[in-house]
Order: sequence, then C-alpha cells, then structure tokens
Amino acid sequence: MSGASGVRVGVLVFPGSLDDRDMVRAFARLGADVQPVWHKDARLPELDGIGVPGGFSYGDYLRTGAMARFSPVMRAVVDFAASGRPLLGVCNGFQILCEAGLLPGALVRNRDLKYVCQDVRVAVEDAGDFRAELPPGRALVMPVKHGEGAYVPDPEHKPRVAFRYVGGSPNGSTDDIAGVTNTAGNVVGLMPHPEHAVDPLLGSTDGGALLRSFLAACAAARARR
Amino acid sequence: MSDPEVTDALAREHGLSDREIALIGEILGRRPTFPELGVFSVMWSEHCSYKSSKRYLRELPTHGACVIQGPGENAGVVDVGEGWVAVFKIESHNHPSYVEPHGGAATGVGGILRDVFTMGARPLASLDSLRFGPLDDPHQRYLVRGVVAGIGDYGNAFGCATVGGEVTFHPRYRKNILVNAMNVGIARADQIFLAKASGHGNPVLYVGSKTGRDGIHGASLLASAEFDEDTDAKRPTVQLGDPFTEKLLLEACLEAMATGAIVGIQDMGAAGLTCSSFEMASRSGTGIEMDLDRVPQREAGMSAYELLLSESQERMLLVAQAGRESEIEDVFAKWDLDCAVVGRVTGDGRMRVRWHGQLVVDIPVDPIAANAPVYDRPRAEPAGLAARRELDLAQLPAEADPSGALLELLASPNLCSREWVYRQYDTLVGGSTVLRPGGDAAVVRIPETERGLALSTDCNPRYCAQDPYTGAQHAVAEAARNVAVTGARPLAVTNCLNFGSPERPESMWEFAEATRGMGDACRALELPIVSGNVSFYNETSGEGAIPPTPTIGMVGLVDDVTATVPAAFRGAGDDVVFLGTTREELGASEYLAVRHGLERGAPPALDLAAERRLQQLLAEAAERRLVRSAHDCSDGGAAIALAECAIRSGIGVDAELPAAGPRPEVALFAESCARAVLSCAPADTAALVELARRHGVPAARIGETGGARIRIRPGVDVSLAEAHDSWSRTLPEALG
Repeated sequence: MSGASGVRVGVLVFPGSLDDRDMVRAFARLGADVQPVWHKDARLPELDGIGVPGGFSYGDYLRTGAMARFSPVMRAVVDFAASGRPLLGVCNGFQILCEAGLLPGALVRNRDLKYVCQDVRVAVEDAGDFRAELPPGRALVMPVKHGEGAYVPDPEHKPRVAFRYVGGSPNGSTDDIAGVTNTAGNVVGLMPHPEHAVDPLLGSTDGGALLRSFLAACAAARARR
Repeated sequence: MSDPEVTDALAREHGLSDREIALIGEILGRRPTFPELGVFSVMWSEHCSYKSSKRYLRELPTHGACVIQGPGENAGVVDVGEGWVAVFKIESHNHPSYVEPHGGAATGVGGILRDVFTMGARPLASLDSLRFGPLDDPHQRYLVRGVVAGIGDYGNAFGCATVGGEVTFHPRYRKNILVNAMNVGIARADQIFLAKASGHGNPVLYVGSKTGRDGIHGASLLASAEFDEDTDAKRPTVQLGDPFTEKLLLEACLEAMATGAIVGIQDMGAAGLTCSSFEMASRSGTGIEMDLDRVPQREAGMSAYELLLSESQERMLLVAQAGRESEIEDVFAKWDLDCAVVGRVTGDGRMRVRWHGQLVVDIPVDPIAANAPVYDRPRAEPAGLAARRELDLAQLPAEADPSGALLELLASPNLCSREWVYRQYDTLVGGSTVLRPGGDAAVVRIPETERGLALSTDCNPRYCAQDPYTGAQHAVAEAARNVAVTGARPLAVTNCLNFGSPERPESMWEFAEATRGMGDACRALELPIVSGNVSFYNETSGEGAIPPTPTIGMVGLVDDVTATVPAAFRGAGDDVVFLGTTREELGASEYLAVRHGLERGAPPALDLAAERRLQQLLAEAAERRLVRSAHDCSDGGAAIALAECAIRSGIGVDAELPAAGPRPEVALFAESCARAVLSCAPADTAALVELARRHGVPAARIGETGGARIRIRPGVDVSLAEAHDSWSRTLPEALG
C-alpha cells in the first residue's frame, strides 16, 4: 500500500469509544501512520485525515453522539472538515458527525427496537472523495452492530447517499441508506464497520477497500496542501 | 435515624442461625453493633462464605501445568503461551435476573467483567449460559426478552464481545431462571494483580462510582434464600448497572496498574465494601482501618450499615504503595471517576470502621473471613430417582416418521437456532472473533499472536436431574468436546454450580454427587478447575428446586488460529466422516422429551477414555489441516448434528448413519458420548481414517456433502429449505 504509507491518521477517543483500538489496528494494517487523539485535546496534531470510531460515547444515555459533539476536540474537528481534509465516521462516529452538523440527517432507534449485529451487503452510490476503490455500484460485505442505526434524512437537505443496504436494511433506515457524504464530499459517515472487515481470518475483507479509499483521499489532500 | 437495637430476632431476620448468633457473641465478647450485624450476615451468607459447599469444593482438582492462579482469587489464571495468560471465571446472577430480568442480567455481566479486569486483564470475550421455563409461558418470554436485552445492553456498551453460551428451556426453571455469565480476559503473565492488602501503613483507596442505596443485602437475602410469595418485594435488592462507567473503570484501572503503584485490588461485588475489605485483609493476614465519611456517596444521609452493605456497581477497592496515591488519583481524574483514600492497612488483623467519628465496627478479620462456619449438611438421594432411571425401549413404538421427527426436533426450543439471541449481542468488538456464535465453541484470537482460545459453556440439566454424578461428567466431557472440534486442546475449567436449598438433604445430595462427577471427569481429562461460583437456594416454596445444573465453562487453546475448524460444511463434494460409536440408548434424550413427552432413563453411558482419544484426534486432524468442518454429536444426536452442518452452510448432505440396534431413532437421535461428524476433501479421507485408527477412534466415511436435501439414512429425507425453516422460526415467532 504505497499510497497509504506515511499518511497521518488520527482516531478520536471519547469516553465510551469502543471500536477505537480496532480502527487504529485496521489503519496500521494498511500502512498508515495512525495515532489515537484524546477527546479533551483542544488542538489536533498534524493529521491528513481523521477517523471517528464506534462505541457508546458518554454511554449514549442522552441521545447517540449528543454529548460527544461538545468535547473540546470537536471544535478543531469542525475546522479540520472545513479545510477539506477527509473525515470518516463509523457507527457512533457517524452519529457524532450528524450531531455535530458535519453530516445531514440523524440516526434513530432500530425499527424493531433491538440491537442488531450481523453482516450486511451495501452498494456504493456516491462515495465522495473516497472514490478510489469505490466506484458506483460496487458491493461490499461488512458487519453492522448497533441499536440506533436507522437513518432519517433532514427534510430540508437531501443527502448525498454514499452507501445503500442491498436486500433491505437491518434497522429500518429511510430508503435503505447505510451511509452518506457531505456536499463537499470529504466527510463520510456510515453504520457498517469497515474496520471489522479487513482480516480474512475474521470474515469479509471488503472494509479494506473503503479504508484504502479514505487513505487515498488523505494522501490527495496532503498533496494539495 | 438511629440504628435499631440488635436482638436475636433481628439477627435471625438477617438470615443468621442461632448457632451463628452464639458464635458472634463468642468472637466479639459482646453484642454486635447494627453495622457489625450487617457485616456478619453478609460475610456468613451462603453466597459469600460457601459454608455448605466448601468441603466438596476442596475435593476438586485445581492443579495443572498451565495453572498460574487457582480458585480463591477474583478469577482463575492459566498460561496460554508467549508470555500471555487467560483470566476467566463464570458466575451466577440468578435471583436478581428473575426479580428484574434486564437489570439482573446486566449487572451479572458487569460483575464478571470486573472480576476479570481486577486481575489486570483486558476482557476479551463473554459467554452466557441461560435457563428458562417453557417458551409457551408468556412470563418466560418476558424473562427471555429482558435477560437477553440486559446482557446486550451491558456487554455492547462496555465493549466486550459476547461470543457464545447456551439457552435451554425446562419446566423446572419456571420459577427460578438461571443466568450464568462467563468472561475471559487476556493479560501479560508478569502483570497479574491479586486482591491483597499488604504493607502496614499503605493507603486503601476507593475508586469508581459513588455509593448509593441499591443492592443492599443482594448477597444475603436475595442470593442466599429461596423465593417465596414476597419475591417481588426484593426488587430493591437488585443493583443498577452502568456499562459506560464500567468501561471508564476498566481503562482507568489498567492505566493505574501500569504505574506500578498498586499493591492489590479487588472489585466490590457481592456485599460491597464489606466483602472486598475483609477478603483483602484476610488474604494478607493484615487489618484495615476505614473512615466511611470519606466514601464517595450518591445521596446524603446514608448510615454506616448502608455504606458497608451497598452493592452499588462499578466500584473497586485498592491498596497503593504509601506516598504514591497521587499517581493513582491523576489517572482516575483523567477518566472523570471518583477516587478517595478511605483508610489504611494495619498490622493487627482487625477491621476498624469509623463513621461520624465513632468506631462502629471493630472485628477480628480471620474469624469472620477465613474461619467462617463450615457445615456438613445431611444428604439424601431423592425418592424414586432410581425408578425414573429405568427405561424399556421395547415399550415405545418405533419411530414411523424419521423425517417428521427430525423437523420437530430442529424446531424444538432446546435445539433450534439461537440467532434471535446472539444477533442482539456485539460479537465482534475487539477484532478477535474467529468463530462467531452458533457453532460448538467460539474461537477468539489472542491479540498480537497466532494463538486462539476456544470457549464453550455446557450442562445438560436433564442428564443431571436423572443422575447428577454422570450428568456432571457429561457436562465436562461435552464442553471439552465442543472446544476440541474447533481444533483446540481443552485446557482448564471454570464452573457455576446451580442447585436448590442446601438445607434440603435432596439438594445437598445432588450437589455432592455432581461435584464428585465433575472432579472425576476433570481428573480423567486432566483439566484443572481454576475458578467458579456456587449458587444455592434456586427454588421457590411450593414449586420445588431447579434440576441440578453444574454449568461448565471450558477454555481450550488453539496453537495456530488459522487452522481453526468451523462446524458448518464448507463446500459440496466433500466426504462426510463419522467418528465414535452409537450405543442403543435414548435415556434422558431430547428425542424422548420432544417425541414422547418423556423424561426417563439414565443419561448416555460415559467413556472418558474414548472422549480423550477423540479430543486428541480432533486436535491433530485440525493441525494437519485434514478437516474442513467438525461438529460434535450431543443433544438431538447425530442426525441433528448433520442437519445443523447443512443448514448453517446451505449445503445439503447425503449420508448413512451407522446402525445401533433395529430402531432408526437410535441411529439418528441417540446422544451417545464421544462422537463427532466431520467433512473433509475426498483426497484426505484415507489419511483422516488412518489417523483415527492410530488414535483408537472408530471412523467411517458415511456420505458426502452437496445438493439441496438432507438425506440421512435410516429414513430422513427433507429439503434444506424446510429444515432451515423449522430450525430458524421458533425463537423469532415466540419472542418477536
């Protein structure tokens, strides 16, 4: 992965982040120079891209992602996104980016009110800047694991759909939406977990294509700066 | 509000016997204060003191080459190579889960997680062994939904993968369900922490959540007495769980341990601050002085009695090196958790507790902890048990519809798909899950290595009800077989012993027989028991006791995790190989219960030497990569095992099972021990059969995989689709 070597990626760690270590490991496996970033840090280190991992930040007792958006690090993350550099939110990370206004829409309780953990198939529609290995129509198998993953679009703001579930959503998402990107295309959020689909020993490796595409976008953003 | 006067009547209300009340007088030379009475009642409760079980537990094998820490600590520790250790334990949370299923099950998971990370380990995987009454009872469905949601809500938000376990239904659990939670963690061998309070003058620190009024007398009144008509009134004795705080506590504890300033640490579980402080001092031969006014409190006005007995969750007690308190305080401040120096270690072997400037507890540690009363209670075999073990197969009509029997068994609540349950659990967080739930055992990779742990929980309560000695042996043998089919070598055991009231001779006899069987089987298979838990009083007045349920949690070691073998078929055109021997036996089988409504007969004959040979063969066959899939034959027999391999893979099978007597249902559904069904590439069949011969395991090619039907002679021929339908619909239709 020559494209990823030396790309500097930060993975945000909130109290209650759970898949942060898995995301760090996945990026490292793909050759990135990856480091955890503590939520109390108001200043970011030099980074080419940021991953926001899954979990239950602050226990998600109020509303998923609602507390995390007020962490000191988030102001810097908003500026980072505005600079056009890549930001990837997975599961709770997707919820946090929606709460922070970096992605449109919201995620609500699953249709059957139960947590769901299973492999799903999604099809790429418009992966924004993360298009290197994600042409429209490409199918990816990745796991979902969440209790509040039903996407509800903002009626004022039609989302750019990045991924759609194939064969029906596991959670009751509007129009089977599994992930979206922002207008600029540099921020992508999705409910499936690419970091849990990189090792053939553990199942699908399709998540690697998504993470490599993110790293390619990071490398491109770095070259621009 | 002042403390009530301590009378014998009040002491009896606390669950103490007259003999124990007299003993307290002898130890103290005076009447206890009200807080002291609370301390004695919880420390001498069955739950904390093991007073009825201790003499049997002493007979269990606890030593082995892999054992680093046996029973007596928060969890057992075994060597798994390359400098890593596995830290594991299983524990019951039965009564709380019946009274309040969601909260009871959730805090059961929280408790076992703390037991593991207290030792310095990062939790790697959870399993849950669950027993309910019949699924057609609406209250049981409420309990199943609540327990599963509680386990999921806690484990998912804490961030430890739930990878396995078991769910069984039996009428005798109707008024007393079982929730046994197991956790396995991983630590470096040289970074294990023990629950000791050593070093005269060292500070005692309280960390984690604040103390509230929840869970008071959970251990004594809820866990150490049978249920009666007032059960619902015990709901306030159930604790409240907060997985988010527990996750912070995990990270903070591991970080604080890395400072090197911690001498010993213990979680506050049953009997809270009391049990943790007494046990730590007792293990080290020291004393502790504590000031309750320094304990972080959730509400104002709590009494000394309440502070000592609260079972508020997500709290730890630790002893630090004197002068290094601030290093620990900094770590807990980073994680926004309370941390307070509440006392110090003393050298005189006494527990002294002050509250509002008064000395409210002054008790010698050892008489209450290490030298608590031990009982040898009367035992009696239940009347009529020998007669219930008799079964004359000739009295039963021969199975006329083997296909129908297969479909009915596949749909039975005890054999059907568990996907409805494990779909609600995060099975993947941590990135270690090699074999997910649904097979014989789960396999998780040990991070940073090529090694894996195979994990299973097992117990067949129907076998144990008919014959607790043989039933407990079967639990050990089946758990070992379940990890062996994945290619692992069984390594060590944790147990959760669920029984009725020890004050009834029949329950005590069942307990004695089951522990004897467990010990014999573990010795025969060279499996040390390194941790465990006893849960008595699983009965409700007027309803009788649960069937004896000695749940086994098994840990096996896989040297090369890339050689792990799944249960489901891998492709069409593979050969199917049958290992072992089917005997002409149907006693206590699922077939008999489902097809004839009978729970009669002796459990299958057990041959531990054959089990051992089979385990060794399976490990070597996996290492040599001769096997594509392997599934053990147990509940429901060989036909159910083959059908599961087919259904889970979507690949059909055409095979002929070896006959055992004239009746087709015996070949198909007998639950004889030491058997498995394998699939392999046809080019490897000869080598596999030869390897089996060398290990002394009967082996035969019985058919091949492929097609869209399940054809198992004698007499079964069903489509894969209808088998899948029967197997997968039961739980979703019942539970929604």
